[in-house]
Amino acid sequence: MTIHGLLYIALLFALVLGAAFPLGRYMAAIFEGRIVWLRQVEMCFYRLAGIDAGRQMGWQSYAIALLLLSVIHFGMLYAILRLQYYLPFNPLHIAGMSPRLAFNTAASFTTNTNWQAYVPEQQISNGAQMLGLCVHMFLSAAAGIAAAAAVMRAFTGSGLKTLGNFYTDLTRITLYLLIPGALIAATLLVMAGAPQTFAQAVQLHTLQSGAQPLAIGPVAFQEAIKEFGTNGGGFFNANSAHPFENPNAWTNLLENWLLLVIGFALPIAFGHMVKDKPQGRTLMAAMAIILVLGCVGAYAAEAAGNPQQIAAGVQASGNWEGKEIRFGIPASTTFNVSATGTSTGAVDSFTDSYTPLGGAVPLFLMQLGEVTPGGVGSGFYTIIVFALLSVFVAGLMVGRTPEYLGKKVQAKEIKLAMLGVLILTFFILVGAGFSLVTPSGIASLANGGPHGLSEMLYGWTSATENNGSAFAGLSADTPLLDYGLGAAMLFGRFAFMVPVLAIAGSLAAKPKLAESAGTFPTTGTLFTFLLIGVIIILGGLQFMPADTLGPIAEHFLLYAGKSF
Amino acid sequence: MSKAETISLFDAGIIRRAMLESLAKLNPVTLARNPVIFVTEIVAALVAATGIEALLTHRPAGFSITIAIWLWLTVIFATFAEAVAEGRGRARAESLRRARSDTMAKLLMDPHDRAIFIPTPAPDLRCDDVVLVEAGDLIPSDGEVIEGVASVNESAVTGESAPVVREAGGDRSAVTGGTHLVSDWLVVRITADAGATFLDRMIALVEGAERRKTPNEIALNILLAGLTIVFVIAVVTLVGFGQYSGTRFSIPVLAALLVCLIPTTIGGLLSAIGIAGMDRLVRFNVVATSGRAVEAAGDVDALLLDKTGTITFGNRMAAGFYPVPSVNERILAEACVMASLGDDTPEGRSILSFARDRYGISLATPDDAAIIPFSANTRMSGIDTGGKSYRKGAVDSVLAALGVAPDPAFTESIARIARAGSTPLAVTADGKLLGAIELKDIVKPGIKERFAALRAMGIRTIMVTGDNRITAATIAAEAGVDDYIAEANPQNKLDYIRKVQSEGRLVAMCGDGTNDAPALAQADVGVAMQTGTQAAREAGNMVDLDSDPTKLIEIVEIGKQLLITRGALTTFSIANDISKYFAILPAIFITTYPQLGALNIMQLNTPESAILSAVIFNALIIVVLVPLALRGVKFRAIGAAALLKRNLLIYGLGGIIAPFVGIKLIDMVLGLFHIFS
Repeated sequence: MTIHGLLYIALLFALVLGAAFPLGRYMAAIFEGRIVWLRQVEMCFYRLAGIDAGRQMGWQSYAIALLLLSVIHFGMLYAILRLQYYLPFNPLHIAGMSPRLAFNTAASFTTNTNWQAYVPEQQISNGAQMLGLCVHMFLSAAAGIAAAAAVMRAFTGSGLKTLGNFYTDLTRITLYLLIPGALIAATLLVMAGAPQTFAQAVQLHTLQSGAQPLAIGPVAFQEAIKEFGTNGGGFFNANSAHPFENPNAWTNLLENWLLLVIGFALPIAFGHMVKDKPQGRTLMAAMAIILVLGCVGAYAAEAAGNPQQIAAGVQASGNWEGKEIRFGIPASTTFNVSATGTSTGAVDSFTDSYTPLGGAVPLFLMQLGEVTPGGVGSGFYTIIVFALLSVFVAGLMVGRTPEYLGKKVQAKEIKLAMLGVLILTFFILVGAGFSLVTPSGIASLANGGPHGLSEMLYGWTSATENNGSAFAGLSADTPLLDYGLGAAMLFGRFAFMVPVLAIAGSLAAKPKLAESAGTFPTTGTLFTFLLIGVIIILGGLQFMPADTLGPIAEHFLLYAGKSF
Repeated sequence: MSKAETISLFDAGIIRRAMLESLAKLNPVTLARNPVIFVTEIVAALVAATGIEALLTHRPAGFSITIAIWLWLTVIFATFAEAVAEGRGRARAESLRRARSDTMAKLLMDPHDRAIFIPTPAPDLRCDDVVLVEAGDLIPSDGEVIEGVASVNESAVTGESAPVVREAGGDRSAVTGGTHLVSDWLVVRITADAGATFLDRMIALVEGAERRKTPNEIALNILLAGLTIVFVIAVVTLVGFGQYSGTRFSIPVLAALLVCLIPTTIGGLLSAIGIAGMDRLVRFNVVATSGRAVEAAGDVDALLLDKTGTITFGNRMAAGFYPVPSVNERILAEACVMASLGDDTPEGRSILSFARDRYGISLATPDDAAIIPFSANTRMSGIDTGGKSYRKGAVDSVLAALGVAPDPAFTESIARIARAGSTPLAVTADGKLLGAIELKDIVKPGIKERFAALRAMGIRTIMVTGDNRITAATIAAEAGVDDYIAEANPQNKLDYIRKVQSEGRLVAMCGDGTNDAPALAQADVGVAMQTGTQAAREAGNMVDLDSDPTKLIEIVEIGKQLLITRGALTTFSIANDISKYFAILPAIFITTYPQLGALNIMQLNTPESAILSAVIFNALIIVVLVPLALRGVKFRAIGAAALLKRNLLIYGLGGIIAPFVGIKLIDMVLGLFHIFS
């Protein structure tokens, strides 16, 4: 590790956290309907779609609207992927996707996962990228943020019957946050050299006088929303390691900033919404502490390098395998850790090539439930679930029945929260455990031993937690993994989101109790560390046995002279 | 059943009986109520079967059998904890039950004719039956006096042996089944069916027989069940991960891992904590009609306290003598004493003791004294002796009787006394005005500090008094309450409670009269006095058998203590998991990856010894914590933030560290005896 590397991490976090405060305030204003500079456009949408913008929805209506939209989008995306051969903007005449791969991909983009079991350059047309994938990068992100806004509203008053209007939330978030942000970021990326064109390929003449097609397309805009909406689905298979997606170290910093900033701004927006800013800052602090530790940890592991390669004289220091020289180790590890801490899943280096501990950090961050700061919206509502569990477990220790922001946490909320935790645990462990004993699953592995176990565990974790990053190595386009991971993505998203909205509905209806000196304090250092402890113990401990057989075993074996 | 009667934590009789009962409680049908321990039992049975099978097929079975034994012990320790708590409650219930002997009641056909009654067994009485109770009878069931006045010994219920008066109408009309009529007769309308009387409910509650889980307990059980399922998934899927890695885990090993990870400590102690909390209340002579009320008591953030008897001593006391200018202070003091010699009221006695303490005046009643008692007409009392007459009384009455305009200095003293919230009395000797006595509400010593402690806990205190605003404000300032309700009546009390509740606060109050019933019902915690009316007792959710309104404060503390104990042990139990991973994971993976031995940071002897040590620790910790569960974690009024810091340090950090030490020690002991090492 060098001081420059650590300074890079410090710089990134200073930029992200510094921006999160004003952005959070702006987002709270969007959620409260106080941002109106595109009022005409907004109203035009409502008129076209026949939406009553004034209608307030209870949690059930809100959840149904969200699910309905997702089902329709899923169907549309599935159709586009199957029929892309016949659709415009397909100059390379790429064939339609197989049903199973189309299912997997549609599930992936509807759930903001962006798991890519396909090779984009070869299996998806520019038209499908733009109309199918890119659209969903906006909509799935907006849907997640809308759900988070609904959860925030639950804490704003007593006896609330409604959580807002899903359609206006979705429209406003897209219109006032995602599109402007993506436009600015795309412009910056284009200035740095990322392509934004309808041409599909440039024909190159190589030195050996061969011809090589170089895929290009509307990259910059998709890249911007890929990061800003914590999507992660790359225009190219190499994702953000590809020079067209991520031309230089500056764009790397920009993209890293983009993928973190909304996640960290959401708790700040929450603080504004509930008129208690320290509450938001506390959640943000817990997120930031875990992520900074993860960034430093992964950087330390990669900077220390692979002892066998160093001993063999292959590398002087540090593990450079799978990393871009133009980014360097700290920027690479920080990018990947940020992308797994946010359910973005973008990569600018290959986690599969990381040292075992370096690769364990992204895996563990995903297993914690994607709360550091997690996917846009989903990270926020997941950390709220952990905050509820924290006050429930430890809150009793101040001698009152547990409450969070004046709302009593009772049997119903705990039941729904545990249901969510169970679903995530089930798909990750049962999925990976089962796949590892089936011949089909084992055939998908590129490596044996604990490294192979890590690949499979990583895949199921990534899908269930809607991250979408891959440990590479895993051949995911098989019936087992296409269908299995597709189901994991859908359940990981919606079977968690709906209970959370139900929790929000239940809490909203409760009276908001006044705060006193006897109230469990949910701000400050003590609660921050309590929350971190609960996230690790309730969110991560169940994965320790499996992790021990994966990256942890591999680590000790590596230092004992065995590698995989 | 008095406060003095405490049951030892290690009462041999209770422990012996609990040991037997803990075995009876192993019945899986009843145990299924407790998901964590139920899963432990299933796993224990599975391991036992594995061990027996190995034994029968002549394979090594020692490890399986040992693990099975300790898993069964884990279950038994948990049921034992519950049995001990129930046993303690039952011991208390026994003394109550003795009072519930089945008497013959005198059922009246015509409530107005006491001559004709039908002897009826008490259990056959129904609501609205009317019975006659005469001196020497036991009152057959709960009821309301509709005719008569009598003294009743209620020691069977309250532990207080001095008889209390019960009479028709007013706030003293409720009688309790099982209490004893000492004198006179009463006609009582029965208000409870057999088996549903106050005494029956108390017995059921303290025995824990009818114990329903409280809301927080239900929620906690859901969390524990959820965690159990999460860890079942983690352990079962480990079979798959193991098979891929080339390891076959034996059933005892997986069982040990599972049982160590699921929260058996809190799962085993949860119901004992609840029963013990109820028991602590009963020990304070307070009976809650539901466990929910006990939890709500911990949440209370506003206490409505009656001024008289709670904040001040029940009676006004002399606090100063103010002579008119022409009179010597000592002369006045002597006149005050003379005027009060025949006054047996607490106010009168306080004048005598004030004169003795302040002026050293102590006079005996002269033989020729004619005592003039207080009358509503004259509003004066006093004494005639040796040709002299001494009087004291309400200022305006005395002045009216004298028929002269008072000295301006006297008027000034009276005004000052009234401004201070005290009551002035005028004193005369032979028709001459000597001065005034200040009768003051004396705030109980130490009460101000208690209110400060309550404030630190986030609880506001509100004084309720019938006094006017000036008097109320003075006492309120002196006692250090946060707010007061002056000129209180049932309606403004009710309004106040509603207002506080609308601000999102939970309110506790106590009351005794029928007109308190609406407020008692509206309050989140309503403590009715045992001496109160049936209506008040029905409206409240707790009854204080000692009828001591000060207890509201203790009730809140008991509620908090119950919740703290539950939270502390939950946190401890969950924090334990970290060390168990370090004990068990290296042990079970070591055959596949010997390098994982590096995780064996406790340097445990062998894999078997490591696993066994973790299982033994997991079982023993339940027994070790039984006294804490029964006694409760001590509550400190230091504010939530400080309390959390303290408890988090002890039970959170302690929960992480303690098992490392415990498991290592057990492993060393096992090593000493060469057991699996």
